Amino acid sequence: MSMPSAGINIENAWLDAFVGVIVIVGLMTVVVMALIYIERKVAARMQNRLGPMRVGPHGTLQSLADALKLIGKEDLRPATADRWIFELAPFAVFVPTFLAFIAIPFTQNLAISFLDLGLFYVVAVTGLSFLGFLLAGWASDNKYALLGGMRAAAQLISYEVPLVLSLLAVSMVAGSLALHEIVEFQGRVPLVVWQPLAFFIFIAAVLAELERQPFDIPTAESEVVGGPFIEYSGIRWSMFFLASYASLFIYSLLGAIVFLGGWNWPLGAEAGLWLQLIWTFAKTSLLILLFIWIRFSFPRLRIDQLMSYCWKVLIPLSFLQIFLNGLVLVYGWPHIFLLLTSGAGLALAGYIIARVGQTEPRKVRLIPVRGGRKATASLTAPEGAEGGSSA
Amino acid sequence: MQLLFDNYVAVLLATIIGSILVLSALLASRLLAPFSESRQKRTTYECGMVPIGRVRTQVHIRYYLFAILFLIFDVEAVFLFPWAVTFVDIGPVAFYEMVLFILILGSGLVYAWKKGVLQWK
Repeated sequence: MSMPSAGINIENAWLDAFVGVIVIVGLMTVVVMALIYIERKVAARMQNRLGPMRVGPHGTLQSLADALKLIGKEDLRPATADRWIFELAPFAVFVPTFLAFIAIPFTQNLAISFLDLGLFYVVAVTGLSFLGFLLAGWASDNKYALLGGMRAAAQLISYEVPLVLSLLAVSMVAGSLALHEIVEFQGRVPLVVWQPLAFFIFIAAVLAELERQPFDIPTAESEVVGGPFIEYSGIRWSMFFLASYASLFIYSLLGAIVFLGGWNWPLGAEAGLWLQLIWTFAKTSLLILLFIWIRFSFPRLRIDQLMSYCWKVLIPLSFLQIFLNGLVLVYGWPHIFLLLTSGAGLALAGYIIARVGQTEPRKVRLIPVRGGRKATASLTAPEGAEGGSSA
Repeated sequence: MQLLFDNYVAVLLATIIGSILVLSALLASRLLAPFSESRQKRTTYECGMVPIGRVRTQVHIRYYLFAILFLIFDVEAVFLFPWAVTFVDIGPVAFYEMVLFILILGSGLVYAWKKGVLQWK
């Protein structure tokens, strides 16, 4: 793999970049296939069943079989679809995700490109993918797709703000926007210790950006039947799928690097290349497992809950985090204050969420029963009394 | 300048190779997958019924309102990024100026909140 240093000359730069990108192609394919298999297996384990077992030992070749099936499947385009936009949408979803791999360092001196604005670049590039969903939703000429595309756009752009601001809070503490410098900062203590509130906001925003449960409103099967992908089939549909799993990996890797110390904590930067690589990927796997766990544990939110959660809870909290960081850092107070203030903010977030969780059922109205009896009466009525169901 | 360019060579290459990747997958499917034309097959899906009415109609205004709000906050984030890595060196003045900036934008959010923009009715 390529290891660009500060003084490379131009011939090597092109070749290095080319080799690096080719390696990323391979890595991405393998990672996505592994992730699909792992997710199905973990889901099966949680639901007390076996999951894929037939293809290969313990179903390990299932993803490969699925990929072959998807290539050999008829690729339809509705006659009324907007042809060029329909064709363009898979590119618009896939390429930004692919671009994000370029800037992420895997170990101390193993990355395709060490960008000085790495964090900014990753955030900017991954933020582009909402365009693909919007294009797909518009071009499909389908009501569900249009609704799903609009929902995707609203959700992705809204959650982009807390995501960016939580990463910004971290870069304030680390004093750099280069990802490898942020990791170097975490030699002793990972940033999640100093910034628990930012980490919480990051996880919530990433879940929404990935459109995974409980935030899968744009693609909800029971509401918009798959949303923007509804008219896509075969290999074109699999491009959306590929991009979604690749971004799961990208965001987990980003979280592992920015918040959990990457390769640097706890062994330090002197550890060997393989040890660093193992640490990075172990932390990434931890976050991926967390996302899968959440996916199969929580019911889907409603869209009004989703939007108000972002704009009324996450965005004010992320500004609070930035304000607290600024206050502690500009007066040079010790870092323990970062933990204290951010921890207090996290407690506040927990309190708000608990309050909302308690007040939500009160909005449920009871439907009056036909006999003219008040619905509330049935709640206290003896067993066997008919009627009086809650909405 | 040369060094800056070198760093972003990979970005340019990845854009090209990523597009080629999608293109080659589409071509592979074109070569391997069966294709048969039929008019019914090319109608859009609407729960098995013949699609009713126009699709590309107006969308609710609330989507645009969220988009406008997002634009404001995203531009703010762009301003915050260079500030975040330099404000410690500049000192408290930079910090309080940014607090003022955030407060002005925050009052905009409060205004939108009171106007009911954030309410999804």
